[in-house]
This record gives sequence, C-alpha cells and structure tokens, in this order.
Amino acid sequence: MFSAEFQAYGYLAVTVFMTVSLYAYIYHLYKNRKDADGKDYEEYSNMALNDDIADTPVNALSKDDKK
Amino acid sequence: MENRPLEYDYTVAKMFMLTTVLLGIVGMLIGVILAFELAFPGINTILGSGLAEFTNFSRLRPLHTDAVIFGFTLSGIFATWYYVGQRVLKVSMAESGFLMFIGKLHFWLYIVGVAAVVVSLLAGVTTSKEYAEFEWPIDIAIVVVWVLFGVSIFGLIGMRREKSLYISVWYYIATFLGIAMLYLFNNMEIPTMLATSAAGESGIGAWYHSVSMYAGTNDALVQWWYGHNAVAFGFTVPIVAMIYYFLPKESGQAIYSYKLSLLSFWGLMFVYLWAGGHHLLYSTVPDWMQTMGSIFSVVLILPSWGSAINMLLTMKGEWQQVAASPLIKFMVLGSTFYMFSTLEGPIQAIKSVNAIAHFTDWIIGHVHDGVLGWVGFMIMAALYHMAPRVFKREIYSKSLMATQFWIQTLGVVLYFTSMWIAGITQGMMWRAHDEFGNLAYSFIDTVTVLHPYYAIRGVGGLLYLTGFLMFAYNIYKTMTAGKELAQEPANASPMGA
Repeated sequence: MFSAEFQAYGYLAVTVFMTVSLYAYIYHLYKNRKDADGKDYEEYSNMALNDDIADTPVNALSKDDKK
Repeated sequence: MENRPLEYDYTVAKMFMLTTVLLGIVGMLIGVILAFELAFPGINTILGSGLAEFTNFSRLRPLHTDAVIFGFTLSGIFATWYYVGQRVLKVSMAESGFLMFIGKLHFWLYIVGVAAVVVSLLAGVTTSKEYAEFEWPIDIAIVVVWVLFGVSIFGLIGMRREKSLYISVWYYIATFLGIAMLYLFNNMEIPTMLATSAAGESGIGAWYHSVSMYAGTNDALVQWWYGHNAVAFGFTVPIVAMIYYFLPKESGQAIYSYKLSLLSFWGLMFVYLWAGGHHLLYSTVPDWMQTMGSIFSVVLILPSWGSAINMLLTMKGEWQQVAASPLIKFMVLGSTFYMFSTLEGPIQAIKSVNAIAHFTDWIIGHVHDGVLGWVGFMIMAALYHMAPRVFKREIYSKSLMATQFWIQTLGVVLYFTSMWIAGITQGMMWRAHDEFGNLAYSFIDTVTVLHPYYAIRGVGGLLYLTGFLMFAYNIYKTMTAGKELAQEPANASPMGA
C-alpha cells in the first residue's frame, strides 16, 4: 500500500535525520564549548548556585546590564 | 509604604507544598489499603457490604494512582516550579500582580479539579482509561489549570533578568508542553448525549458520560502513548528538573557537566515519545510498532543515565556530604533509583523478557521503585530544601529526617523485591505447561503462592507511608516551631537535632 510504504520511509528518514542532528549537537557542544553569547556552557551551573535575587545574572538581559 | 529590598515571593509555592503533603498522604494511604486488600481480600468489605462499593479494590485503585500522579506529584512539580522558576530566572512573583493572580487562580482551580476527581472516582464515574479516568467536564477543567500553569511559566520567563534558561527551566517547559499534547490527544472523547444510536435514540447516558474518539487497537495505542509518556513527562522530566536545581544548590557543587545535561535533555525528548509501544507487546498492534517500542526503550537508557550519572558525579569529591546530610542522601539515593528503574524498564521492554513480565507484579514493582525511590524521594528532598527558605526557619529535626530516610528505604526495598519475586513467579507459572501443552497451573494456584509476597509488599508500603507521615510532621514542625533564621542559607539546609 502506498501510504504505508510512504510512512515507513518517512519514519526511517526522520529517525536518521534526528539521530544525525543529535550527534551533530553533541559534537557542536564539545567542540565549541561556548554558546553564541560567548559563555562557556559550564558557567551556566552558576545560575542555580548564585540564585539570590541580588546576585549578578550569569548572562543578564541587556536592559539589566547597566546594574 | 516601607521600602524593602525585593525578595522572592513564595506564596503560591507554599500553597502547593501543602497539597503535595496532603495529597501524598491520601494517595499513599489508599495505596497501602489496596496492597493489604490484595493480600487479605476481606479488607475489600471492611466497612460492611453496604459500603463495599466504596472500599473495594477496583473503586479505590484509580484514586490511588491519580492521587499520587495528579495530586502528590503534580503539586510537587507546581510547588517547585513556583520556587525554582523565580530563583533561576532572578525575578520575583511580587513584581507582577498579574502572575501572582494567575498563580493563585492556578492553585484554587487545581483544588476544584482535585475535589471533582475525588468525588467522581469515588462515585464510580470513569472513562475507564488508565490514568485518564476523568470524564469530559473534568478534562476541560484540567486543561484550564494546565493553561494557567503555562501562563505562569512563560509569564515568569518573559520578565526574567537572566537571559539564559537554566537546564531545570527547559525540563519544566518540556513538562508543560509534553503533558499538554498527551492529555489533549488521549482525552479526545465524545459526550454520549451528543450521539444518536442506530435506533434513532439521542441524548444517551448521563450528561457527563463520554466515549473515546478512538476505537480498539487505535485506542490502546493512543492510550499507551499517553500512559507511558505520562511517566515520561510527569515522573521523569519534571523530577529531573528538580534534581538539576536542588542537588547542586543543596551541596554547593556545580553540575558536573552542564553540556551533558543539555544533550541528555534532547536525547530524552527525542527518544521517550517512541517507547510507549512496549506496553502493547504481543497485542494486536502492528509488529513493527512493538519492535520500535522495544528498541526505543533500550536506547532510552542513554539519556536517562546521562542525567543520573551527571548528578552522581556532581557529588565527586564531596561524598562526605552524603554521609553527613540526610537531605543529600534522599537525592543521591533518588538518582540511584532513577538509574535502577531506567535500566529495569528497558529490560522489561525486551520482547522475550516481556513474555514473562507482562501483566505480572514485576511491572508494579518497577513502577514503584521508580515512584517511591525516585519521584517520592526527590519531591520530599525538594520540599525539605525549600522549607527553611520559604518559612525562614531551620528544618525541625535532622534525626527525624534520617530515621525517615532509612524507614522509607527499607520500605522501597521490601516493595520491589517482593514484587520481583511475585512477578517472575507469576510469569513462570502462567506459562508452564506439560508435555501436551496443557497449562500446569490454574490462576488460583498463583494467587496462593503469591500471598506472602503481597503481605510483604503491604508492609513495605506501610513503612513508606510511615516515613511520609514523619516527613509531613517534620515539615509542619519546621513551619511552626523551627528555629528562626536570620538569613537565608546559601547551600546546606540548616537542621535542628
């Protein structure tokens, strides 16, 4: 049946695409180490450790940068 | 007005902490009653035959599952969101009258929903879909509650000071989106009053009654896509959100690898949604779909262990904290139970293992080492960590917490070991046959053999409930009689003797 065949190939294609995407993402994370804002990913752990409302944000929204 | 510095506002978090504790007691108490009903059937009619309708296993069972899933766990998720969300986004609920209103409305409508669920399930009104027993009017109310939760999440994100979203926030967002999608699609139903029978009758059945929009195998498939992913987005994703915040914060240790947390997140999102088919192995569902369910379940070990190992490694060099703090013990054992149940689940999803495990008590054991050891421990640990900060008092008793930990750990161990033995015994007896293919045992033979294990399971559950009551007492005393704190503790929660 055409639709079932289409479904099966579509399923395979999506699986392969998502697997490749996931591994590409892993490669990207470990190769670049930093995100688009230039922050090392590991610095983001500090969002939990320094979470008092008066603490300086790890990556402040620009309107608060002046603080 | 007094000009005070801005503080986080935990009003809504506290409200949900209360329901976490109360609905936890209700759900676990019913669970223990059910366990003893299975071991000693006379308890089904303990209040006399007139009230047997309300005390029998089948009437109470959905109340147990729904009270712990949608009562205890959801309340815990909401309570921690209204706590963690503010802190990692560095924005206070006090800064927005609108979000405060939405938060309170969220709570009170949730309470209305809970009341409707309790009354309807006790009255025996049910759609008969597991974990989706609620009839359409309640479903609509639940959708409204969920939308309010979403408004709270995205509203708070919209006014944040921290540009990046902490990994826990990602998990909370996934919880919101995942449950929304699952709940809507699985609960597609048609009120029977709108239907017309072949004979031309209309307005059939009670006004609140409905039938699923799916039929037969399709209904089963959608139901278990929902059922398994309710485990994913109710019992896993939000609990991972909690541990990613509470363990680093309580221990003062940065997450071992933030990158690993990110890729585990996407791995989990990618894989989990496909695993539900493992509930329908050897059924009328197409074979390839069953195989897919098995394979994705096995692959699921990777992202699950990615998070769990990340948490255990966060304690690297700091293992003395596990010995010193019962609160850290809860989280580390929770993470260990998470690893354990996410290994056990895939094993059960392998077709040849499932041939023995399916429909047996081993599945019940698996669910409970996950929810008692992982979900329950993590939610209690989260509330213990929050209590000194929201009540500004030290935790009432460390020794009580430590005692609770050991009592509950023993309870969980008794629960899952008894169910392992019972389940595998059951599975082996059901399939045993003589040389001519005649079944070797009748059903009642298995019941007789399983009796002691059912009794042990009841004792395990009772121990866990006892520990939960100690937790409730400890939280209550913290709130009312704990030593007042001059300032908020940065990491390790202060505890009285």
